[in-house]
Amino acid sequence: MIAFRRWPVAALLAALVALSWPAIATDGSPPAPEFNLTNRAGGQLALSGLRGQVVMINFWASWCGPCRQEFPALDEMYRKYKPMGFTMVGINVESEKADAERFLGARPVSFPILFDPDNRVSGSYGVSAMPTTVLVDRQGRLRWQHRAYKPGDEAEYIEQIRAMLREKS
Amino acid sequence: MQLIRRAALLLLVPLAAHAGVLPEDRADLMYHYYDGGGVTIDGPSLLVRKKFAEKYAVNASYYVDMVSSASIDVITTASEYSEERTQYGVGFEYLRGKVTYAASFSNSSENDYDADTASVSVSQDMFGDLTTVALSFTRGWDDVTRHGDPAFADSIDRRIYGVDISQIATKRLILGFSYEAITEEGFLNNPYRQVRYVDPDAALGYSYEFERYPRTRTGNAFSLRARWYLPYRAALQADYRFYNDTWEISSSTAEVAYTHPFGEQWTFDVHYRFHDQDAAEFYSDLFPRENFQNFLARDKELATMQSHTLGFGVAYEFKPSRFDFLGKAAINLKYDRIHFDYDDFRDLRTTGVAPGTEPLYDFDANVVRLFFSGWF
Amino acid sequence: MKPARALAAVIALLAATGCSRIEPWVKPYEREAIADPIMAWDRDPVSSSYMRHVYESREGARGASGASGGGCGCN
Repeated sequence: MIAFRRWPVAALLAALVALSWPAIATDGSPPAPEFNLTNRAGGQLALSGLRGQVVMINFWASWCGPCRQEFPALDEMYRKYKPMGFTMVGINVESEKADAERFLGARPVSFPILFDPDNRVSGSYGVSAMPTTVLVDRQGRLRWQHRAYKPGDEAEYIEQIRAMLREKS
Repeated sequence: MQLIRRAALLLLVPLAAHAGVLPEDRADLMYHYYDGGGVTIDGPSLLVRKKFAEKYAVNASYYVDMVSSASIDVITTASEYSEERTQYGVGFEYLRGKVTYAASFSNSSENDYDADTASVSVSQDMFGDLTTVALSFTRGWDDVTRHGDPAFADSIDRRIYGVDISQIATKRLILGFSYEAITEEGFLNNPYRQVRYVDPDAALGYSYEFERYPRTRTGNAFSLRARWYLPYRAALQADYRFYNDTWEISSSTAEVAYTHPFGEQWTFDVHYRFHDQDAAEFYSDLFPRENFQNFLARDKELATMQSHTLGFGVAYEFKPSRFDFLGKAAINLKYDRIHFDYDDFRDLRTTGVAPGTEPLYDFDANVVRLFFSGWF
Repeated sequence: MKPARALAAVIALLAATGCSRIEPWVKPYEREAIADPIMAWDRDPVSSSYMRHVYESREGARGASGASGGGCGCN
């Protein structure tokens, strides 16, 4: 029997175990849910149109600190791997565009920004943390889902992207 | 003079309880000013916090009270004085997943009072980050001395247990509940303050003797609060707190606050607070004779009283051109006017009337905070 | 020691319930309003801790001022 004095420590450890946030590998991988959203650069962009490329989907909002922090790393990833068959979309989940536009005006990025104001796509991807970064392979299957962002997480993304780039279409 | 004995623990930086993300790096430099009831206190307050690797955070604080006191107690039983109290604090936070661990320490000192306070807390986000639960424990050690009496030395031992639960109820409403149990043991009164008793032989009709308090006090405080995001960009908050303790003080405090931003840079606040308390069981403005009972108090803080506060605040946020390392800065001005009203504490500056028939005391205080904040 | 034991029991209970799957009715991407800085309980800790001190040194009541939760709920 754990001595009473140790209860708080044991309880805290139990809490910690309950709350780890790993990246989940989705093998036996389901197809990534389709979407067709308004592109900030004009027109619409559909996921099916990106088939054959490795796609990274980043769900973000201007009010989300870690999302803003992640953007420079994502932008760099996009520039570096685009020539090799990689692409990225940043899906903004805010109900109105104004705050996102103001943020992007001050800190522009080169990858496409899409708007999901009614959160239907966020719902279909089961977004359960902000930010959420999802990786889709060349065959349109959902392979990796990353919840949350801490500086340094981009190393793991890069590893997974390079592995998927090596796979055949 | 025994300034604010609970000061040390009160000025501890509120422990960050945003598990998941640590609060932003920031520095605040404030000038604070209080003027009311013959007492003027002003001074600086500095607070700096910085995080590292999104996992660790450190904060440090420095605070000074420069007191010039001619309060009603002082005028009627002593002479005006001035004094200084200095407080230093430091705190650490560690964030792991959804749990934030925090520890802090502070020391407050003035020439006849020294207080050390240490605090630890754990805070966790759960249920999809809709609920945050924080548990805290604070320990205080105060050393009490008396000016002009080197033989006198005593202490207070203090423990505070706290639970704080916050719940996001809807997309626009967040609720909060707090409970704190505060227990103190030791020399809980003021070594200078005196009570009065009826004395037909005295010129004024009453005489003084030193106050005597119990050596323990345990109190419970429960509070509920709610904050709404209104249909337009503004917020409304309501708070209620109930307190009672073993000295039989029982009180209710309620507050309503409204925050209204204008454009991207201006924010206005207005709030009203009401506090109502019953006197401590051993409190009296005038005891019938000397040494009337075991415990005697005439501290107006323990009297049957109400306080009303009306406060305003304005903040202007900007991007400083000169200091590049600051991403954002703000200048804030807040003003509060507090009216203190006593039902059983009398104004002894009125003489020549029968003891116990002096007018009841009340006074107004002006409290000003002017501060500059920088985020980096 | 009693309050500490009670607290420990509360932590253990909450840790256990934290394992269960309750679907949040406000999704992480719906927290725009809650994440707005004007919705913070305590926007200026240096000022609010000072006011708490002003009241607690002049009134007989203290405690339970609390300030946790809310925010963006990120990470």
